[in-house]
This record gives sequence, C-alpha cells and structure tokens, in this order.
Amino acid sequence: MKKILINFAHPAKSHSNINKALRKAVETLEGVTVNDLYANYPDFMIDIQREQALCEAHDIIIFQHPFYWYSTPAIMKEWLDLVLEHGWAYGSEGKALENKLFFQVITTGGDASTYQKDGYNQFTINELTSPYQATAKLCNMTWLPPFTVSGVHRGLEQEKVQSQSEDYRRTIIALRDSLFNIEQAKQQPFLNSDINRMIRTP
Amino acid sequence: METFLLQFFIFLTAAAVSVPIAKKLGLGSVLGYLIAGIVIGPFGASLIHDIEEIMHFTEFGVVMMLFLVGLELKPSLLWKLKTPILGFGGSQVLLTSIAISLVAYFFLPWQQAVAVGLILSLSSTAIVLQTLQEKGKMKTEAGQSVFSVLLFQDLAVIPMLAVLPLLATLTIAGGGHHDSVLFDISVLPSYQQVIITVAAIATVLIFGKFACRPIFQIIAKTGVREIFVAAALALVIGTSLLMMTVGLSPALGAFLAGVVLADSEFRHELESDIEPFKGLLLGIFFISIGASLNFSLIGNNISLILGLTAGLIAIKWLILVLVGTVFKISAKERPLFAIALAQGGEFAFVLFQVAKSSGVLSVELIEPLISAVAISMFLAPVMFVLHEKLTQNSSTESHDKQEDTINKGDHKVIIAGFGRLGTDIGRFLLSAGIKPVILDHNAGNVSVLRKLGFEVYYGDATRLDLLESAGASHAELLIITISDTNTAKQLVELTQKHYPQLKVVINANNRRASFEFMDLNLTEIYRETFGTALNMGQAAMKQLGIDPYEAHRLKQIFQKKDGEMMPELYKQRSEEESYISLYQKHHEHLEELMKLDNYDCITALDKAWTAKNPEL
Repeated sequence: MKKILINFAHPAKSHSNINKALRKAVETLEGVTVNDLYANYPDFMIDIQREQALCEAHDIIIFQHPFYWYSTPAIMKEWLDLVLEHGWAYGSEGKALENKLFFQVITTGGDASTYQKDGYNQFTINELTSPYQATAKLCNMTWLPPFTVSGVHRGLEQEKVQSQSEDYRRTIIALRDSLFNIEQAKQQPFLNSDINRMIRTP
Repeated sequence: METFLLQFFIFLTAAAVSVPIAKKLGLGSVLGYLIAGIVIGPFGASLIHDIEEIMHFTEFGVVMMLFLVGLELKPSLLWKLKTPILGFGGSQVLLTSIAISLVAYFFLPWQQAVAVGLILSLSSTAIVLQTLQEKGKMKTEAGQSVFSVLLFQDLAVIPMLAVLPLLATLTIAGGGHHDSVLFDISVLPSYQQVIITVAAIATVLIFGKFACRPIFQIIAKTGVREIFVAAALALVIGTSLLMMTVGLSPALGAFLAGVVLADSEFRHELESDIEPFKGLLLGIFFISIGASLNFSLIGNNISLILGLTAGLIAIKWLILVLVGTVFKISAKERPLFAIALAQGGEFAFVLFQVAKSSGVLSVELIEPLISAVAISMFLAPVMFVLHEKLTQNSSTESHDKQEDTINKGDHKVIIAGFGRLGTDIGRFLLSAGIKPVILDHNAGNVSVLRKLGFEVYYGDATRLDLLESAGASHAELLIITISDTNTAKQLVELTQKHYPQLKVVINANNRRASFEFMDLNLTEIYRETFGTALNMGQAAMKQLGIDPYEAHRLKQIFQKKDGEMMPELYKQRSEEESYISLYQKHHEHLEELMKLDNYDCITALDKAWTAKNPEL
C-alpha cells in the first residue's frame, strides 16, 4: 500500500463547493494524509522541516487547489519556494523526492474547451501547468497530468459534483493500491480523462 | 567672596560666548575655551588673575575625565580591541616618543628630552573624536584605527603621570605639592609603604566591585537625585584622596574606579552626574591654559614656535603614515588616519603642568612648547577640512559600497522604560542582533534584568543628560514603553527639541493617549493591549471552528480598518473636545467604533477570491 499526501491549498474554503466535496471524498481513506496549508500556516510561516518530513513519509504527493489565474493559490508557491531546498529536493545530494509520484488536482472556472489554442484561454491546461511538470522533473519525481474538474463557474449540478468526487476517490484508492496504470495515464491530457481504462481490477 | 564670584562669572561668560562661536566655525569646544582664555587673559582684556591657582584646582577635571574614560572602557570592549589598541596605539606612542626625544636630545638633557617626547606623542582626543563624529567617519577603517590609538593614549597618560616626576632634574620651585593632608606615609619603612600602596589599589578595586553597587542601589531607591550626585562625586574625590595619600596619581585611582564600575547598571547615571563637573572644570582648565599663553614670548620667538609646530606635525604625521603602512590600513584610508592624529593634545597641557610642578621642565622650555601644541590643535580642524576637499572626488565610490554592509549591530536604539512590554521588545530586537541601550528608573528591575544579560541602565529617561550619555545624539531610534502618558509626552517633547533626528516608536495606554501622541505629530503609536486583543480574538475564532486562515484574515482586516479609522476619530475628537463631557465622549467613541466595525470585515473577506460564481 502506497502512502498518499494531499497538500490542500484553498484560501476561502467557505466559498468553495467542489473543493470541499473532493476533499471530503478522500480525507478519511486509509493511507491518505490531507495537509491543509492555509489552515496550518495562516500567516504563511511554513514549517519547512515538518513539510519535508511529511513528503519523506509518503510515496505520492498531490497538490489539490483551485486554478487561480492559470496558476496556484499564493501559499503553494510559497511552499515550493521554501520546502524544495537545494540538497534535499534537487541538486547532486537532493534525492528526498526521487521516484515519488507527483500530480495536481485542480478546479477551473472555465470549461475544458476554453483551454485550447483557439479557445478563450488560448493555452491548454498541460501548457499552463508546465512549471510544475518541470519542477517534478528537477526533483526526479514522476509527473502525472492533473486531475481536472472544469466548468465550475457555470455551477456544477449536485450529481456532477458527486460523480467527480467519486472519480477522485476511485483514483486515489487505485493509486494507493498500485492498481493505476501509470504509464498509460502519462499519455492522457488529464489524469481523469478516462479513469475506467486506467484502473485495473485487482 | 565677591572676587571669587566675579572671577567665576568672567570664566563662565567667556566660555558661554566663545564656545558656541568656535563650534559654529567648526573648531570644536576645546579651541573655544582656549580662545576665551586668550581673550580674557593678560594678553587680551586682562580680566583674570591667579591663573596658576585656578589651573591647579581645575586640574581635578582631568581626574574626572579619566574616571569617565574608565567608565567607557568595559573590560570586554578593551579585550575586543586589544590588537588595534596595542598595535596601532602602542607603536604610535612609542615611535613618536622616541623620534621626538631623539630630536630633543640635540638640545636638552636626556631626562627632559624623554619627558618632551612622551608628552608630545599624545594627540587631542577631544578635538579628533568630536570632529570624526561630526563628519560621520567613526565607523570607517580610519576612524576605528584613530579611536584605538586615542584609547591607548588615554591609557598611556596614567603611567606617564607616574613616570614624569621620576625624570625631575630641577629643584621644585613652590614645593609641597604632594604633601598629604591625612598622614605622610613616607615616614614609614619602605616595605610598609609598598603594602599600604597595594592595599589602597585593592581597596579601590574591591570597593568598586562589591560595595559600590549595593550602596548606589540604596541611594537610587531614595529617588533623591542630589544624593546620587553627591555619592558619585564623593566616590571620585575619595578615590583621588586615597591615591594621593599613598603617593600615587589620583588620575590612576579614578580611572581604576571607572573601569570597575563600567559594567554596572549605574554607568550612564554616573556618567551624566560627573560629566557636567568634569566639563566645567576642564573648560576652566583650558581657559586658564589659553590665558597663560605668553604672547610676548610667542611674538619674540615667532619663528622658533612656528618651526616647533611644523616639526611636531611633520614628525607625528610621518610616524602615523609609517604605522598605517606597517599595519596595512588601506591606502585610501591612510591619509585620514595620519592627518587625524598629527597634533598635540589637551593632555599635553596637563602633563606640562605636572612636569613644571614636579621640576622636570623649566617654564622657559614649556612655554614655547605649549604654544606649539596649542597652534597645532588650532590647525587640526583646518587639516580635516583640507583633507576632505582633497579627497572629495575620489571617495564617492567607496561610500556607495559601505552603505550596503550596514550591520544590524550598528543600529543605535534606545529603549526607555523596561517593564513587561519593554522586556519583550528588547528580547525581540536582541534576537535580530540589534543591541538596544535600555533605560529604566526602577532600580530593582534593572539589577534583575542585568542578571539576565540585558544592557540596562538605571536612570530617569526624561533627563536630558542621561539621554545624552545613552547616546541619544547619534542614535537612530527611541522606543518608549513608559506606561505613564504624561512622562512619555515629556520625553517625546524633550527628544523632539534636542534630538530631532531621533525616530520614535511609542506605546499608548488607550485611545486617548494615542490622540495625545498624535497631537505631538507622532505616527508610530501602538496601543499596548491591542495586539494581544486581536491575537486572542483570532484564537477564539479558531476554537469556534472558523477556518484558521479566515480568522487570520479577519484579524488583519480589522487591524487595518482600525488604523484607518484613527485619523477620523482624531478629527472628531478635536471638534468635539470643547463641549462633550469626558464620560459621554468615551461612550460616543465606543458607539462609533462598534458601528464602523460591524460587518465591514466580513464584506472585505467575502470579496476576496471570488469570481463570478464563488464555488471554485
């Protein structure tokens, strides 16, 4: 069984519907640790040692957050800046994160169709998340495409929220139990593009 | 009585007139006193007589000066600077003494040549330190080296005072200089003399180390200021008497007493109590030096005296360049180092006086030399100005570089009031490497805090002289944590008047105190319970299950709003002041406060991180 760390970054949880639901779907699972960054560090004083120890204790590192301005909430940038130290995360001595799985769980306001070259947002999600792909590579982690829930601005019906949450839950369980086809998932635009095909039955 | 008062009046007036003028001209106070002396002396308006006697009495100013020098010299500082002090200072004094003695040996017997060499090797601490401070050069490499040399010279005065009488070759004219008032130990066998001498020094050290602090603590608790001054004076005078009795220099005793007390919390208080007496006595001493300048002699020997001056400056300058080169002072800083110290010093006047009274040098020899020293001191500020003019163009570059490396430890911060609030501020600053000078008037507090390793001094911070010795004139920042609003206001007014450069951060008991400080144009005002109130509020929200980050934001928004509201309330207050009773006013404000606070924060919080549809 793999251990999964979900670094959760949302500055206004009381406003959020989908992120709350997604979190609720996974936080009680065995082997899963949810680390609420804004709740733990309201003043942004990130405890670097604690965060590094958490990373070391888990095999899969996930960042779950709303997709603000084509990027992450501020604290996640702060986390990357502070926690990924030279000699720990990268550099010739930095092997702490080697071969761990890394991916984002993002919620976007616009529809998936707007994230195209000729779409409203002009770039694909893959292009926009390339900094994190590069980060993962520098730290010798295995990068996976983001688990993406889009079209939140239109408001999601309750059923859709539920089915996305369920997909998330199934994905996490499959990753935990090594039943997720990682090599194939790397080729997909999103981790949840076609989860039924990615998840093997035991 | 009348004659004494008249004399005193003339001295004081001359000083009061000439020192400000000299300072205005950039010449420093020492030159001001000398000029005053010339003006009222026999070659000027001829207003004073008995100069010799006055000089003798005011020599005691030198004893006090050495007590103060000792107070400044914490053993720890001395130890830290030991290499530059011994290296620069030792070689400068030694080489200069030798060079001048060699030259003098062509004309004088060797004892006199050595005496002249020793005396002329000293430079003018008063002029040089003051000028360097005024020009902001103290922290430069040259400034630090100059300081080390001056420190060594100040210390070297003490053995010189002891050695000079041994060089006596002439019969003492007046005699009876060392007659003891108490008893004459020279009638005792020599081994007893030695024992008594050692015992006297030990008494000073042990008394200073162990007895002084408890005594001063008791006196401080009485809160009667004059008694403290009296005790301080008694300490200095008593030590001097003891030293004179056993045939040692009183300056040495005073210096030792000063060093022993340098680590005590009463250091600044003692400094500011002795300082005026020292200043006055030395001032009058310098005036009498000025008055004793024999102008007919100078006039008759003008070429000799000018030659002596030029020779003195040239020899000192050459040796300083040599010392600077050997000890690798950078080429850029070396000229300043050399020029800063190439003059005779005020200690020369003292030492010449001693040399005369103990029969080492004759009046005929001393007079032209004193004139030369005085002239070289007149020239010192002029040389600084010249040096500045010459290096102005080339020094701009290095200035930029120095700005970058301002050390946190260089920040000069004074904390007035060291209760619970001040303690935490002090700890916080210390943790960042900023070492504040702390003033508190609770003697009990002071000794406890000193045990914990704080640099705390006893004294009333609203006293100008105490602020001065705590370094207010060159400090950057004053933190006031005095809980009594009126005392704090008094302190603010005092600093605004005398130290306009000093930034002020202040605590206020309540909103009304804040307004009173705003009346004084202060901006950095902190209500002492406000921060804690907000922190507790945040903790309470967290306990209620409100998201921690939301609680944090709410606190910050509230704090900001409160800050924005202050000027508004301040304005209202000044309009209403005249007709609303204090009680009513308090409640109006409370109402106003609550109105402004309602829901504002929630709205501000809600607006953040929401797009068209806040569900993301």
